[in-house]
Amino acid sequence: MARNSQKPELVLMQGNEAVAAGALAAGCDYFAGYPITPSTEIAEILAEELPKRGHTFIQMEDEIASIAAIIGASLAGAKSLTATSGPGFSLMQEGIGFAKITETPCVVVNVQRSGPSTGLPTSPAQGEIMQSRWGSHGDSPAIVLYPASVKESYALTIRAFNLAEKYRTCVILLMDEVIGHMREAISLPDISEIKIINRIKPTVPANWYKHYDENQKYLSPLASYGEGYRFHVTGLAHDQHGFPTNKPTEAGAMMERLEKKIVHNIRDLVQIESYMMEDANIAIFAAGIMARAAKAAVKIARAEGLKVGLLRPLTIWPFPDDAVRKMLKNVEYVVVPELNQGQFLHELRRLVKSTTDSKLIGFQRVNGTLITPTEILQKIKDVL
Amino acid sequence: MGKVSQRVVHNFLRHDKKFPHVWCAGCSNGTVLGTIIRAIAEQNLDRNNITMVSGIGCSSRMPVYIDLNTLHSLHGRAIAFATGIKTYKPGMKVIVVTGDGDCTAIGGNHLIHAARRNLDLTVIVINNNIYGMTGGQYSPTTPFEAKATTSPFGNFDTPFDICDLAIGAGATFVGRSTAFHTIELQKMIVDAMEHKGFSIIDVVSACPVIYGRMNKKGGPAEMMMAMRDNSILNTAAEKLPPEKVEGKIIRGILKKVDHPEYCERYAELCTKVKEMQHE
Ligand SMILES: Cc1ncc(C[n+]2csc(CCOP(=O)(O)OP(=O)(O)O)c2C)c(N)n1
Ligand code: SF4
Repeated sequence: MARNSQKPELVLMQGNEAVAAGALAAGCDYFAGYPITPSTEIAEILAEELPKRGHTFIQMEDEIASIAAIIGASLAGAKSLTATSGPGFSLMQEGIGFAKITETPCVVVNVQRSGPSTGLPTSPAQGEIMQSRWGSHGDSPAIVLYPASVKESYALTIRAFNLAEKYRTCVILLMDEVIGHMREAISLPDISEIKIINRIKPTVPANWYKHYDENQKYLSPLASYGEGYRFHVTGLAHDQHGFPTNKPTEAGAMMERLEKKIVHNIRDLVQIESYMMEDANIAIFAAGIMARAAKAAVKIARAEGLKVGLLRPLTIWPFPDDAVRKMLKNVEYVVVPELNQGQFLHELRRLVKSTTDSKLIGFQRVNGTLITPTEILQKIKDVL
Repeated sequence: MGKVSQRVVHNFLRHDKKFPHVWCAGCSNGTVLGTIIRAIAEQNLDRNNITMVSGIGCSSRMPVYIDLNTLHSLHGRAIAFATGIKTYKPGMKVIVVTGDGDCTAIGGNHLIHAARRNLDLTVIVINNNIYGMTGGQYSPTTPFEAKATTSPFGNFDTPFDICDLAIGAGATFVGRSTAFHTIELQKMIVDAMEHKGFSIIDVVSACPVIYGRMNKKGGPAEMMMAMRDNSILNTAAEKLPPEKVEGKIIRGILKKVDHPEYCERYAELCTKVKEMQHE
């Protein structure tokens, strides 16, 4: 399944297979995980592919251990990955916060299933829009990507690794169960054409090295254990060298840095698809599989002469505030189909200017089934 | 056993950056830190190639003071983080420093699985029978009837024997010593680090400020003397009738066997898989 060949070719692939292939293309050389449907294929494929390349696959005793292991490996220089679903994602939250405060690159894939708890295994749901942003305790900005097709699962997995390396943080790839298990024919790009970003390595002598060096773009070099830098890593608030601190100025600077790293680079991070939005007076805002249903609804609506468009975030966090504000200004209504109890709707409300949010039309389902294009279209007709 | 000068010990500390330390006067943590440094110095290892990983607790504050690659991780997860480092860079020497609560309560699952895998880590448990950092709650090694802030009427819970636990889980090197027997402990740490496979040392330690006070164990010196007087080497204990050994802490290397190590087996697997591909 993994493509090392030079020529682009058409292959039939599942979303989960595409994630595994994307990870390998991105240079992933470490996977630690614990089985859970609907994510398990990612682990199964990498259990076969990583040893072939002399790289590490390890099945850990639980998801807490899995996130710990990928952070440890990353500190030793790995491009590391774990994959899970809701229950495991909940267990990983403390570790995700640790990766963020210690600015350690790693990628976590969450192929979502119905929750809370064991929920409806393993029916589709989009229940972790907010958990992927706020799941770990304390304030910690998040980078979360959300593919809507098998091809995009491949591309966004590579992007997740690139952003993790560039911004030194834990990047989350949120998947829909349906996309994880859906098969589509995709052409994989030539390996040589894929843009790969690797962490910046320090060039200074060991005693000049600061593990969290400041610079204009909040991007700093990262040494690995074993390279002679002998740095310290802690989940305590720390100074630029990584040593714990109680000083409000240093602790505050650390928090500010975590925040600014994302805010200052928002243009690089946010990705959206705007479909038929130029003249639209009704917009649909949706991600992942719901955006696919929405796009189909837009096509039918257009055929019927209705001016409907779609705004789809590929990066859901940081939230595409500017694009959403523009959309809210230009249309009469925004329909928000989502497989949860209004998590995107909640975030959109933050950006509505007037005191009323009557522009926003929620459309939610949490019974383990999808919302169909016809149903979305009907919803649009209902508000007109 | 090599002698290591005070200057060498000083040279291993991040003395210009991280002192004074956070530990109470008389705490065993400092003694164990000194002993670990002597054990490392004695082996003449390249310190760029040693990583010390800890969890959370008083004992787990150790890595910040020592000039190695250091990782102060999450409560209970030191062994899991160490597993990531070791399985990615098998050539790295990885030492885990952990407390009794960190290692056997919240981290118990990682302990038994790393032992089962026979992953080449050296785990040093500073076993003070209490949760020191959080102010003295009972831990899985608090003795029966001992006082803790959460066992005000005496501990009714049954404690673990860390060595038995590790032996049962498949650890291939298991030893016990105390913060009093630093020369013995130094040698044991060297043996454990040289051992290929999962090694663990249960270091009987004193938290005089909390555990000692609550249980009227006297000051640091009395607690050290108790380690001396209430413990016996396993080789000596074997020669005594059981009633003379009853209630004593058994010191010494309690298990040492050769068994294929995890990373070595994984490397063999990779070679085999590659050969299969070429067939
Ligand atoms: C997930 C989590 N739960 C609880 C705590 C609070 N906590 C910090 S240290 C500690 C116990 C430490 O005891 P031990 O590991 O025996 O080390 P000692 O302080 O005695 O050296 C606890 C419960 C925490 N930091 N994280
Ligand atoms: S509370 Fe106990 S374990 Fe913690 S530093 Fe003080 S004496 Fe040591």
